[in-house]
Amino acid sequence: MSPGALFRLVFVVVLVAFLAVPQAFAPVFAPFASNGAPAIYTQSGLLTLTLSHLAMVAVATMAATVVSVGLAILVTRPAGREFLPLSRSIANIGQTFPPVAVLALAVPIFGFGPIPTLIALFLYGLLPIFENTLTGLTTIPPSVQEAARGVGMTALQRLIGVELPLALPLILAGIRLTAVISLGTATIGSTVAARTLGEVIIAGLISNNTAFVLQGGLIVAALAFFIHEGFATLETALARRTRGALLI
Amino acid sequence: MAGSDLAEEMSGHTDTEFQVNRRSGPDRLGALLVAIAAAGLVFQPFSLFRANRIVAAKPVWLLSALPPLEAWLVLAVVIAASAILLLRTRPALRLIVCALTLAVLALAVGRSGVFLTPPPNSYARVAPGGSFWIVTFAFSIALADASVRLRMSPLGRLALLALTGGALWLLLWSGAWDSLSILREYANRADVFWREARVHLLLAVGSLAVAAVVGIPLGILCFQVRSIRATLLNSLNILQTIPSMALFGLLIAPLAWIGAHVPGASAIGIAGIGIAPAFVALFAYSLLPMVSNTVAGLQSVPREARDAARGMGMTTWQRFFEVDMPLAFPVVLTGIRIVLVQNLGLAVLAGLIGGGGFGTFVFQGISQTATDLVLLGALPTVALAFAAAIMLDALVEIANPVSVRSAEA
Repeated sequence: MSPGALFRLVFVVVLVAFLAVPQAFAPVFAPFASNGAPAIYTQSGLLTLTLSHLAMVAVATMAATVVSVGLAILVTRPAGREFLPLSRSIANIGQTFPPVAVLALAVPIFGFGPIPTLIALFLYGLLPIFENTLTGLTTIPPSVQEAARGVGMTALQRLIGVELPLALPLILAGIRLTAVISLGTATIGSTVAARTLGEVIIAGLISNNTAFVLQGGLIVAALAFFIHEGFATLETALARRTRGALLI
Repeated sequence: MAGSDLAEEMSGHTDTEFQVNRRSGPDRLGALLVAIAAAGLVFQPFSLFRANRIVAAKPVWLLSALPPLEAWLVLAVVIAASAILLLRTRPALRLIVCALTLAVLALAVGRSGVFLTPPPNSYARVAPGGSFWIVTFAFSIALADASVRLRMSPLGRLALLALTGGALWLLLWSGAWDSLSILREYANRADVFWREARVHLLLAVGSLAVAAVVGIPLGILCFQVRSIRATLLNSLNILQTIPSMALFGLLIAPLAWIGAHVPGASAIGIAGIGIAPAFVALFAYSLLPMVSNTVAGLQSVPREARDAARGMGMTTWQRFFEVDMPLAFPVVLTGIRIVLVQNLGLAVLAGLIGGGGFGTFVFQGISQTATDLVLLGALPTVALAFAAAIMLDALVEIANPVSVRSAEA
């Protein structure tokens, strides 16, 4: 086993152990708790919060994937080409909307709770996936396109059999970006009463308890690390496969 | 981004298709946007009326939100503009029509504030309603589309941005919006608003400046010394995964300790609460894009350019300052654009830890469920980030050498 893999394995075990029995780690966090304050957040279970946090990110990312991949396919078809230049510039400008502002603007419309957070995560997640899918679909070598046309594939067959598989590594990179950004942004959702790990961080900020801020932040950072690693592994594997297929 | 030949092929496609479609049927994007605007007008109120600051809002539709004559006039303008969007008209005409319609809408929503709250009533609040936002959104997209179709030069886009800013300033200065709830919130705290605006800009721009001063030399070092590149970029990457809210919080304790124990630290404003932790956190997030873009910029310098410079007998320093840096500059500038836009948004979080900035209003508003206060913090933030993005995109395009620009066009 390589040192890197061993490090990841140990990391996973520690994270799972911490989520399962947080109290066992109390001595680790105790030095950061200010005089006599509890070292571990107990208002709600860390495991419950983590699962709810992940569920929210997963739902928003999946919805964003479906919508933005669909839109990117639409604007790269002959019928939708008219919308391509505009959608490019909207995607570019849309990135400038700060996630906190999206969240703040969603609250007046959808009220408190998980809904504004989901909406903000969804809206903010659209752009990286859309941009990457667009790049993936528009940078397919013309020779490949011609070959597919030459063997008599219909437009739909070309899309499903050639264009999407070739664009898949880039699409996955977009989904990874979205998931990692959403993971961090979801913590802000706790300011509008969504159940995420942000709750732990905010509790720490309010009661001036660094131990809470630290454990909330560390869990989110660890989750982001694993999601990043998982997707990156998948991307390299897929890229290798498609490159192999192209050479044959 | 897309390879130059492909991009050209694609833009060629759109052009021919545009001309083919031009002869037949309505403008499809126009049709979509007009449908959105119409749905907004029918299903959403034009203004929201509140008897006081925090009670539930009563929806008011366009025809009752304004005096009858004005309401019909606004409706007529929107319908006429929609007709122009539906037809395949020239981009320049569409741009002007959209700008005029947006101006009429902006004036109308201000008028509706006056109309629904006659002067002696100082408790009632009028806010723009769903149909105002939706119609504004539709026409802004149409405006963006027209400017894309016009293929405006960077200077043209900067001029358009300046014009928009000027129009907005004129609206605010003339008092046309004074009766709207968000400006009532502003009037109650005008001096605090400008103080927080200054703090917000100081946080976003100041941390960017420090990150540039530290990050660009670090990037140059990473480029020259291959062995530290991976280590440094990886550690900055890990820093980036720490959720922003946690990083802001985690810096409180060490900075408080430094403020209390290091002589002179508290004199320059280093303390656990306030602006210092926010500034340091923003600086930390800015470092990765600065370093990695400097490295990428230097890597993009063609080997031929370096060889030619060496052949001409330039010294190492001359090569670096006269060849490498100028050629890498556009990519470094792209890094500055990313950081500035990101910082303007992230600085909102400073409001959560008492660091000031527009976030103060956002989080106060959220905790009081006062929508207008949230908007007072969020809208300037969005406007700043938006203006910064347009401005720096134009600068990046101007800074790009002609060859690169024509390849990307």
